[in-house]
This record gives sequence, structure tokens and C-alpha cells, in this order.
Amino acid sequence: MITKRIIPCLDVKDGRVVKGVNFQGLSDVSSPVELAKYYSDNGADELVFYDITASFEGRKLFTDILTKVAETIFIPLTVGGGINTVDDFERVLNCGADKVSVNSGAIKDPSLVPRAAEKYGSQCVVLSADIKRVGGEFRVFAKGGREDTGMEAISWVKRCVENGAGEVVVNSIDTDGVKKGFDIEMLRTVQDAVNVPVIASGGAGKTDDFVELFKQLPDLDAGLAASVFHFGEIKINELKKALKENDIPVRL
Amino acid sequence: MVAVVDYGVGNLFSLCSSLKYIGQDAVVTSDPDEIKNAGKIILPGVGAFGDAVEKLKNSGLFSLIQQQAKDGKEIMGICLGMQMLFEKSYEFGEHEGLGLLKGEIVPMKGVLDEKYKIPHIGWNALNFRKESDLFKHINDGDCVYFVHSFYADNCADSLIATAEYDIELTAAVEKDNVCGCQFHPEKSGEVGLKILRAFCEKG
Repeated sequence: MITKRIIPCLDVKDGRVVKGVNFQGLSDVSSPVELAKYYSDNGADELVFYDITASFEGRKLFTDILTKVAETIFIPLTVGGGINTVDDFERVLNCGADKVSVNSGAIKDPSLVPRAAEKYGSQCVVLSADIKRVGGEFRVFAKGGREDTGMEAISWVKRCVENGAGEVVVNSIDTDGVKKGFDIEMLRTVQDAVNVPVIASGGAGKTDDFVELFKQLPDLDAGLAASVFHFGEIKINELKKALKENDIPVRL
Repeated sequence: MVAVVDYGVGNLFSLCSSLKYIGQDAVVTSDPDEIKNAGKIILPGVGAFGDAVEKLKNSGLFSLIQQQAKDGKEIMGICLGMQMLFEKSYEFGEHEGLGLLKGEIVPMKGVLDEKYKIPHIGWNALNFRKESDLFKHINDGDCVYFVHSFYADNCADSLIATAEYDIELTAAVEKDNVCGCQFHPEKSGEVGLKILRAFCEKG
């Protein structure tokens, strides 16, 4: 039986993980390699590296560090942040990424998803959508959730999937950072609209939020979070044990 | 020495890193002599079946791999590389494979219940069907990472493990010196590394 994936997301700037973490036993808490290994050893099913670097030099550091991570960690790696062209896909895939997540880049250039899918296959192309309720409808936001694109979100996600996106990360701006649970209503709406894996993001504050997510939406594929894992508020191996106790299939 | 066959499809970075990690000497090559001289062969692959077979033929390696298998060399196919070991595939038309294993590659679409998403992506448990040295370091029920839309069917002759996804999908095959994994051992954490190590210890 296919298992539900638990995915920590790490923000990387100039080759270092930002938002300091607090784990015992790690000598360098902002080393992407050490953190990736820690998560891989402790039950993460996949890792997302999000490049928040703005400079050319920083981007070079990011790809160097990605190569080191991919030489050390043998679980799927997804890379996002600053992906605007097919060349950006090439750059991170050559460093050992398995999937590439696109967000604003796909909004700016809607041909990016179909061109990347044709070149590398749909399994490589992850659509990441920041979605917020505006005036009774779901809207897509760009630029890290700061800019309302005016586009209705469900039709946007559907169009990207039809164009070759192989997975969809739904980040609810409405629940992000609130730590009161995932946006079940929004996730259900997206999930019912597409037939590719859907990954929930935004809102996890405690273990029960993940249990509730997979109980309410048994066909949902994965849960993604950042700070609750980094600050040790949720330990992935304990989370997976709790999911198993609730008859939710996980890899232990 | 393991020869990782390079015929212009897919990214071999992770596979090579994982072989290096387990201390196995490996060379990525399309050179016939290097492949002949290697102790073992790994045939990787992603993408479409017809395209991959054509590239393998164009690089002159199709018949070489067939001959190497007949000569008894240990060969492992991974993902599409495993699918190419079979007689034929029905992915976008009908294509002939290497014919080293009995069976054919068929789409999941139309076979699985509609609520099952295709491709089959994620970590799924291996159900052992036959004893194999490939599994000597791992346990029945261990999870490995899959990404595929087609699967090997009518392959009871070589089937050694399945994964449940509505039906029991072919996960691993082995017949004498020819074996293959539908999943990605190089992306399957410790379990995957142990399978690669077992292959490197074979024979």
C-alpha cells in the first residue's frame, strides 16, 4: 500500500539554511548537508530545498550545496525558488534534484510547465500554488504570497496539470503560520479537481493536524511543513508513529 | 567494476552517487569495451520506452547487452531499464525490448480503479514473491520509492516482488543473471542502498 509522505522544507540562502534550527547532536545547525542527513535518518520521505537567494553568487553556492546533499542523501529531493526557465530546471537537475517546483515562474510564463514537462517528464514538474480566499473564491498569489494575480486558483491548478505538472503543492495563505491545522476545505477542492498527487502545506502546528489531514482527506498524498519540524515542535519519527496508530499508512 | 550504461537518457547523478556511497567502483559509459570488461552492468532509464530502445540501438549497445546477458554477466535494470529487459512494451504503440525476460510492459490506465492516481508515485511496501539474493539485506514489507505509469505483466517466470496499488504491481524481477527493479533503489534510502549492495555482491 502506498504510504503518506512527510516532507520537511528547508529555506536556503547563500548556501546556508535560514531560520535557525534547534536539534541536539548537530554540530552545524545551518548546514544543509547535516540537516538533510538528520531528516533523512529520522523518517523524512522527501526533502524540499527552497532557494531564497537573490544574487548570482548565492545561486552558485546553492547548486554547490545541492550537489553535496544529493551525494549524501538517497531520498527524493525537490528544489524550488528562482525557477523561471527551462535552463533553471537543467541547472538543479544536473546537481541531483529529482523534482523541480515552480510557482511565480509558471505564472509569469505559462509555457514553462509544458516545456519542462516535455523535456524532463511530468514526474519532474511540481506546481506549487500559494492560494488565498478573496471575495468568496480561491485566488492564486505570486511573489511568495504577496501579490494577488486575480486568477481563480482551481482553474489555474487544473490548467497546469493538463499542461504536464505531475504533482501539486497547495500552500494555503489563509492557514499558513497560524498553526491551527491544514486548510482541509481548500485542499479538498483542489484534490477533487485533479488526478495527480496533492501535497498539503500551510497550517501544521501539531501532530494531530497531520492525523486530521489524512483522516479527512484519505486520498491526499503528502504533508509538507517547515518551522514545526525545524524547531522540533513535531518530530517526524514520532509523527509517523502517531499516523500509523491511526491506521494511516506510513513508511517507518 | 560496475558499468552504468549511458545511452543519453536520464540523470545518472544519484545512481552513481549511491554506488560510490556503498564503496562500489562504477563507471558511466557507452563504450562497448568498457561494458564488456565490467564485472556487472546496470541499465538505468527514465522517459518513454520506444525512445529509450531507439537510443540504445543507435548507440550500438542493444545487441551488446543481449550478448552480455547470454554470456552470463550480472545485469540489473532500473525503472525503465528494468522494463527494457522484457520482450515488448505497449507504451505509445508497440515496441520490442531486449527480450531477456518473459513478459510485457502495459499501462496502469484502464487496469487500476479510477481513484488510483497515475503515475504511481511514492513509497510503497515490497511484498516478496520469491527468495532472492537481492533481498538478503532487507525485509519483506520494507518500503521503496516508485515513479511509473506502466508495469511489467505476464512475468511470473521472473517475478520476485510486488507492490500493492489496487493490484499487485511488479516491483522486482530476477531470472538467473538478469534482474531489475521497477522502483528507484538510488532514491529509496537505506533499503535501496542495501539492494544495490546485494546486487554488487551477486555472482
